[in-house]
Amino acid sequence: MALVRAVDGVCVPGAKPGRQEHRSAGQGEALSTDERSRAKRFEEIFATHLDAAYNYAHWLTRDSRNAEDVVQEACLRAFKFLDSFHGESGRAWLLAIVRNTYYTWLKTNRVEALSVSFDEETMAADGGELADLESSFGSIEQALQQGDAKRLINDALARLPEEFREVIVLRELEDLPYKEIAAIAKIPLGTVMSRLSRARKLLLQYLQQAQQES
Amino acid sequence: MDCTESRSRLHAYLDQELDLPSVVAIDQHLASCAACKTIFTQQSALQVGIRKHAVYHEAPAGLAERIRAQIGGTRARAPRWTWRWQPLQLGAALAATALVSWTAAIEYSRPRGDELIIDQVMSSHARSVMTSHLADVASSDQHTVKPWLSSKLDFSPPATDLTGAGFPLVGGRVDYVDHRPVAALVYRHREHVINVFVWPQRNASRTLPTPSASQRGYNVVHWTDNGLGFWAISDLNAAEMKTFAETYAGAS
Repeated sequence: MALVRAVDGVCVPGAKPGRQEHRSAGQGEALSTDERSRAKRFEEIFATHLDAAYNYAHWLTRDSRNAEDVVQEACLRAFKFLDSFHGESGRAWLLAIVRNTYYTWLKTNRVEALSVSFDEETMAADGGELADLESSFGSIEQALQQGDAKRLINDALARLPEEFREVIVLRELEDLPYKEIAAIAKIPLGTVMSRLSRARKLLLQYLQQAQQES
Repeated sequence: MDCTESRSRLHAYLDQELDLPSVVAIDQHLASCAACKTIFTQQSALQVGIRKHAVYHEAPAGLAERIRAQIGGTRARAPRWTWRWQPLQLGAALAATALVSWTAAIEYSRPRGDELIIDQVMSSHARSVMTSHLADVASSDQHTVKPWLSSKLDFSPPATDLTGAGFPLVGGRVDYVDHRPVAALVYRHREHVINVFVWPQRNASRTLPTPSASQRGYNVVHWTDNGLGFWAISDLNAAEMKTFAETYAGAS
């Protein structure tokens, strides 16, 4: 898929600067038409999707300062590698860069170890032992109405392992189709579906636990 | 379709990723299978709960400007964490040298007024749906909504209940678009929310509802009448939006 390839290009260490940028560095004068359209292209994506980038980064880092750092670096990279954007979806392209930047940041900062592979391997994609949670829960709608719904939902989301958290955020908060989520997270469509399914089962489990504790 | 198949496609169904024949097959199965229906209802309630209550973290004020400045190289500040990849830093430095007047270029390439408005209308719409802050005054009674809005604004937007045409009035709120307070009328059509943003447009001649944008899954229709500009937006398809806009414009 073109987008994934384009985005892959972004994270290649030591990738060469874009052609236009190279040329412009030599000139250093008034902006050429090329540069102007480049700046305009970037501004269009950047201005439209900055909130999405920040929201995604915030849900990944779970911290506003770190989210700001990640978004800021991601935007610099996006501007630098603008030539790898071929007009598919500006949002998916920018979010993929945010994601790459986040993982680089994570390695540098070693904030936490990735926990998803364990979870995915040990549980069947469709939820394994959690299969009957929906019917044993009682009504979620009621549970949310009775409890502090905002806190319940946000706590449960924050508890999700990040690979599951990110698909939920992309799906429910950004309302992205599976295809774009697949491109951003660089996973096959089938995996998008199984992660969403697993994520939702986990959320039900967390909500149920929170309800029992209260 | 059996339970196994229905459950394996439940999430795709919930996320509207299935083609019509599959949707119909699952609908039929859900109608006759209480166990699957329960799962669906629960998952659907969870989805609604997340969309309603999950915090959407908007970019903090000033972040956009900081990034523009950094790209423009004017007020660059060192990142708080160190890059491992030197070539990227080099690239940023190159960009900084070459693009001192980048911000100036943006000034010249700003989208036209309408595009800016469409963008704001889309953002306001998305925000109202996401944060469930649809209405400051929630009422299907036009005689409640209209006076309330008139009392908050310096104009009086039409707020006719269109339940008869399949578009019940949900309420109204005051929003902020195009650097001024505007009226936002909220209607529903099935599960879809329609926002109509209204504000005065001086010297505007009357125009008929015209589709003015179709982006990010939203359709925007614009028209002017009686010195007021109208921007209707929702995730309804273009044909339904046309029907809505014509009904609304016809009733006011």
